[in-house]
Amino acid sequence: MIRTRSLTKDFVVSRTQTVHAVRGISLEIEPGELVAVLGPNGAGKTTTMRMLTTLIPPTSGTATVAGHDVVAEPAEVRRQIGYVGQGNGAGHTQRVRDELYSQGVIYGLDRRAARQRCDELLEALDLKELTARKVSDLSGGQRRRLDVAMGLVHAPSLLFLDEPSTGLDPQNRANLWEHILAMRTAYDMTIVLTTHYLDEADSMAERVVIVDHGEVIADDTAETLKANLAGDRIVVTTTEDAAHRLAQLASQLPGARDLVTDGAAARVEARVSDGPGALPELMRAAEQSGVRITTAQVHRPTLDDVFLTLTGRSLREAGSDQSTAAPDSAPRKDAA
Amino acid sequence: MSTASAPAPAPAPAPSPARTRKTLPRPAQRNLLRDTGIVMMRELRPVLRDPFSLVFGMIQPLVFLALFGPLLVGSLGGQAGGTIGGNVWQWFVPAILVMTALFGTSATGSNLLFEFQTGAHERMLVTPLSRPSLLIGRSLKEMVPLAGQAVIIIAVMMPFGFRLYPAGALAGLAMLAVFGIGLGSFSYALAIAVRKQEWMFWVVQQTLIFPLMILSGMLLPLETGPGWMRVAAGFNPLAYVVDAERALFEGELVSSTVALGWVAALATAAVGLTVGIRAMIRSGN
Ligand SMILES: Nc1ncnc2c1ncn2[C@@H]1O[C@H](COP(=O)(O)OP(=O)(O)OP(=O)(O)O)[C@@H](O)[C@H]1O
Ligand SMILES: [Mg+2]
Repeated sequence: MIRTRSLTKDFVVSRTQTVHAVRGISLEIEPGELVAVLGPNGAGKTTTMRMLTTLIPPTSGTATVAGHDVVAEPAEVRRQIGYVGQGNGAGHTQRVRDELYSQGVIYGLDRRAARQRCDELLEALDLKELTARKVSDLSGGQRRRLDVAMGLVHAPSLLFLDEPSTGLDPQNRANLWEHILAMRTAYDMTIVLTTHYLDEADSMAERVVIVDHGEVIADDTAETLKANLAGDRIVVTTTEDAAHRLAQLASQLPGARDLVTDGAAARVEARVSDGPGALPELMRAAEQSGVRITTAQVHRPTLDDVFLTLTGRSLREAGSDQSTAAPDSAPRKDAA
Repeated sequence: MSTASAPAPAPAPAPSPARTRKTLPRPAQRNLLRDTGIVMMRELRPVLRDPFSLVFGMIQPLVFLALFGPLLVGSLGGQAGGTIGGNVWQWFVPAILVMTALFGTSATGSNLLFEFQTGAHERMLVTPLSRPSLLIGRSLKEMVPLAGQAVIIIAVMMPFGFRLYPAGALAGLAMLAVFGIGLGSFSYALAIAVRKQEWMFWVVQQTLIFPLMILSGMLLPLETGPGWMRVAAGFNPLAYVVDAERALFEGELVSSTVALGWVAALATAAVGLTVGIRAMIRSGN
């Protein structure tokens, strides 16, 4: 469905400054895939999408989208795809329903089909009460829902969503996802989306592509990424004098690495391959050597841990300079 | 990981390629006419939903007529020969119509500028609509409010002694529409050119519009001005349009003045559309 080869994009900001927004992205996306693209602000996610949707020409490299080259045959590409950009797609002077209807007609639906799709989507995305409202009078989240509705109206075989759920309340986020997934099954859509909600990428996408500084730094299922690049983390505390003995024991656990011993706090942290299994084992070993464990926790990995492992930075910190970063994304829950 | 605070429903179902794909009717053959119609209808809907916006657009020219008209009657009264208003209105009303078109269409680029900011234009650029239709549809749309405003201005002025020659008036409005399409296209091209420094739009628009207007003899006759002004007016397409409109609204359908007006209007439209379409094609970057 999508194949890119060393795609790059430079923006010439001034005579002395060039931004290398995308630095060589090669991706293959098969029909039917649901791919989430993650990365901090400025990583190049939007720029990549804008190249794939024919909005801006690549500086170098090639991209074939839905069977057509984005530079040579942009019109053919546009016919096949749908796109919900990071901004607001609806014109401010338009009424909600009018804009949705126009979008349907633009994509070649006849009047009846367009009207019917409008009704379905307004209902599904909880916009029914707002049909006659002017777009400028909508709240941010309502406007976002309208954007997504417009992206879905013609059920494209390939849909790009740039932060579709940003600004939505939890109820509406769930709602949106339910609808996207239902449509995807009904119409066999291929979906590429970006998000700053790590839990969303984790639970919804079958494939997660992590982008940083314009490059793909990881590309796999969330499960594999978490298992290979992060792993479970155990945190145990003990009595003051026993921290180093405990660390010694922890280092013998299966798959133990990244050991951190904090003598002052009598705390030991380690990554292990199987957290829930390793912890009882450590406790038994500690008991046998007379080390008393005072608290014990297992942290299951998140995609943020994956990013941390890959870059040494946290996505949540890296992505905190804009409202797009979710304060509640990827909650860590202690499972011990 | 946990999804304790996440509103996530059950994990995504695996793709099911075996399933028969539902399809929506696929686009009919695309053509410029249909695309232009779609763009124009989209632009018109807010106007149709809110016809009062048209009425507000009419206030400015009417205020102008009410305040400027009597002054003209006073200062040009001698030339107007006897009847108060009579010939002066005949001279002034076509000018006000041109002025309405001038202000309306030259400002229309600001709407596009706004759609650049919000992302609405970006969305349109990803649709299969052809780039020329995005410009032509928008420019054509301007004609609808303009026609409405013209009808009202004429209707309001008739009781004051403005004489209507229907055939000439229709031809006059048609010429104005052609000119307006060109000017609107220029305005969109300007908006696209300055989209990264939006304040430039009004600076350029205001800087150009007043010389254009004054050097067209629209508000005050140029015959009494210095020679260089009359020379400058010779290069102003708007001056030819204004002269032609005055002739047409006097019922003079065919004359060299009218012909020159058509040439100026058509040339403005041709150049405007060319420049505008080129700008639209590059507007994604
Ligand atoms: N039109 C432009 N001109 C100059 N620089 C640009 C332009 N568009 C993007 N950039 C720069 O390119 C880099 C990548 O931007 P991009 O919008 O692709 O990031 P992103 O991954 O989508 O970030 P976010 O999560 O904030 O949406 C940034 O450093 C940005 O400042
Ligand atoms: Mg972005």
